Amino acid sequence: MANLTTRLGSLTLPNPVLTASGCAASGQELHQFFDVATLGAVVTKSIMTRPRSGRPTPRMAETPSGMLNSIGLQGPGIDAFLEKDLPWLSEHGARVVVSIAGGHTDEYVALARRLYDNPAVSMIEVNISCPNVESRGQVFACDPAASGRVIGAVRRAADPKVPVFAKLSPDVTDITVIARACAEAGADGLSLINTLLGMAIDTDTLAPVLGGVTGGLSGPAIRPVAVRCVWQVHQVLPHLPILGMGGIRSGLDALQFIAAGASAVSVGTAVFGDPTAPARVLAELEQALDERGFASVADAVGIAHKSVAEPVKEPA
Amino acid sequence: MPPVQEVGEIFAVQKIGEYYQFTVVAPGVAASFTPGQFVAVAVGGDNTSMLLRRAFALYGATPTGDFAGTIQFVVAEHGPGTQWLVRRRAGEQLDLVGPMGTAFQLPKRTVPAVLVGGGYGTAPLIPLAQQLIEAGSDVEFIVGAATASRLFGELAAKRVAGAVTVTTDDGSAGTQGRVTDVLPAAIQRTKAHVVYACGPMAMLRAVGDVARAHSVSAQVAVEESMACGVGVCMTCVLPVVGDDGESRFVRSCVDGPVFDASRVRWDDVGSLPPDLVGADAMGA
Repeated sequence: MANLTTRLGSLTLPNPVLTASGCAASGQELHQFFDVATLGAVVTKSIMTRPRSGRPTPRMAETPSGMLNSIGLQGPGIDAFLEKDLPWLSEHGARVVVSIAGGHTDEYVALARRLYDNPAVSMIEVNISCPNVESRGQVFACDPAASGRVIGAVRRAADPKVPVFAKLSPDVTDITVIARACAEAGADGLSLINTLLGMAIDTDTLAPVLGGVTGGLSGPAIRPVAVRCVWQVHQVLPHLPILGMGGIRSGLDALQFIAAGASAVSVGTAVFGDPTAPARVLAELEQALDERGFASVADAVGIAHKSVAEPVKEPA
Repeated sequence: MPPVQEVGEIFAVQKIGEYYQFTVVAPGVAASFTPGQFVAVAVGGDNTSMLLRRAFALYGATPTGDFAGTIQFVVAEHGPGTQWLVRRRAGEQLDLVGPMGTAFQLPKRTVPAVLVGGGYGTAPLIPLAQQLIEAGSDVEFIVGAATASRLFGELAAKRVAGAVTVTTDDGSAGTQGRVTDVLPAAIQRTKAHVVYACGPMAMLRAVGDVARAHSVSAQVAVEESMACGVGVCMTCVLPVVGDDGESRFVRSCVDGPVFDASRVRWDDVGSLPPDLVGADAMGA
């Protein structure tokens, strides 16, 4: 039996399968289907300083092997999260990765401070795929300087015992540039990847399907993009831990991410079709590691890079 | 009782008008079903490109039986997912999650009720009628659709409740017109204290308006598009007034599908009213 223990910076997890932000709420609903404490950790939906209504409906469109969403980060805000959701997760024995989001650096810093010295918080994942109010709405994660500023500020404000991961957007020319900027700003690791920006048009009304016009594409359709991002970032920053996600539906999908360089994975959109998906992916991954003779998850992390002698240059 | 996920064998698929009535062996779902709740069905088989479940109101459940509990639900062919589903046959298996969502609330004392079904929205009202009648309430049905082939449950309603008024938009069956054209007379005739409804959103809203005009309460089961059906994805939200008087986007899968019609802000469905809790955080 492979040793499933894995490390994300200073955090040691009993296994490498987590939920993905925005795909598990704060754990209670999925706990009806499997014990959330059996996962590596629960990644919460992105928490913001204030209650947020989210965007008008329709918020969802099913697409081939995926879906578009434009939820708009609906949530009760940090006060309700600390009062209700976080204690519930803690009482049920779940390790908790708190995803935080904001419109400006100060908001991220305020959230990191509110999570300081809270034993229920195992890790902070910084969702920087949000429009930057101070930069005419440009998404933080698309600008290396803005990404670095937010991550640096959160790292300084957050509890030093708690790893801070930056969650990056794939909608950039070169994800390794953003990854380096976050690493230099003090990120303890990276979460790869957030959704891709997409759009669908209703051919009866000839209008956008989503209330928010554009939305985030997730699901198996984006998996090759996600594996590529993990691969590229691990190649240039081999010592920086990666939490990989994007369309993972099976244990073998998870193994692809690990072989590309991820130390752990998040199961996201698959949960919508199969509420037990995270527990199933964990069991399948364990079996896949055993079948391939791995003594531990750590032995498999980044192993695919060994099969490629020279770093592959991007084709023209 | 929490919902369960189980693989169930299809016992029968019957075509009824334009609809398909499924009977599936699903003892876990059947065990805790109450009328108004739904089941979420995976479509497309293994390795499908359709990731999301399709939700159907439960038409009935037999918790105990000769061999196992069965459930019934009704499918209308809409898109690729339901097209796949209606081509399944007895003996094949379906992956089910349920029972999900809120149930219709029974009145605290036995009062007359009018049940209004639009299209296959009549399905969840049949077991509700049985419950109401067992509790001693008088029940009258209004069953409507655009055209005769899209009516559902007329005979079942007659068998359960006796009194059924049928309407179709085109007059191909029953009275020509909408269910709300005959609802005021039904409320007055039965001295109803409550109206229950399931059907398209526009119909539910109109039923709510008629009920309010007659000072009776209306409980409606909505049909919103859902991604997960279990309360985690936040896609199926509606603007609803809470007990504290504040309006919020609430999930129709776990906070519904049954709502008090007077609490749903029908005018604001599909928009972001500025007084919604947290709407102020969206502009910045």
